[in-house]
Amino acid sequence: MKIAGNRVSYTLDSTLESVNRAEQTAESMAAKAGFSDDDRHRISMAVREAAVNAVLHGNAYDPSKKVRVAFENTRDALVITIADEGPGLCEQDVPDPLAPENLLKQSGRGIFLIRSFMDEVRFRPLEPGTEITLIKHVPGNSREHTEEAK
Amino acid sequence: MTMKASTRQVDGVTVVDLSGRITLGEGSVVLRDTVRDLISKGDKRILLNLGDVTYIDSSGIGELVSAFTTVRNQGGELKLLKLTKKVHDLLQITKLYTVFDVKDDETQAIASFKK
Repeated sequence: MKIAGNRVSYTLDSTLESVNRAEQTAESMAAKAGFSDDDRHRISMAVREAAVNAVLHGNAYDPSKKVRVAFENTRDALVITIADEGPGLCEQDVPDPLAPENLLKQSGRGIFLIRSFMDEVRFRPLEPGTEITLIKHVPGNSREHTEEAK
Repeated sequence: MTMKASTRQVDGVTVVDLSGRITLGEGSVVLRDTVRDLISKGDKRILLNLGDVTYIDSSGIGELVSAFTTVRNQGGELKLLKLTKKVHDLLQITKLYTVFDVKDDETQAIASFKK
């Protein structure tokens, strides 16, 4: 674990224990940032889903591949990045889980839930792998709010 | 908190009391194995009591959907009982709330199964 200012980062093995650790850290960071109970749940669940994608779909539990997770409290927002070393994700190829033909499928809801729970979600291709950035703005503490107050 | 499942019979309906987290890994496996065991024994009227389920992730949602379709394909019925607010919201977001038959009261839920 590395701590630099308001940034905490980890390099984790491709295991379910790593998913749980990322989720617990998200819960803790969200609480420190002052998010409500509901938002803490949403943030930690989005992080869990992103970590599952990295471990399961990205690195496919490969012990030689790592997952890098970073949390940064910018005061305006909680910014989380999760990177895997997998074959890469094509966002456009992810089917809509709300489409009638997909509604009763067993999987495919993770990215949808991440988008539902976070304010901003970005994907960046790596060589190899994928990095996802999750951003949740702190209510009442946005940059716009700060500017207005000046 | 790990997931636990216990079953009981009420008027011909198998009530499965679930507690803990239904997430990728152990929680999802417990749910899957429990429903499979019931179907293999011929129990096709199943009420999943989620009142003590504290957390469900997308894998857990997938297991609920899979259990629902498996039981339905066997000519049975699977219903959900006592959703927490978080689970309720999750099923709303994923548009699954109207797919499942969700009940708040156990007696009414038992009575709603086809005889």
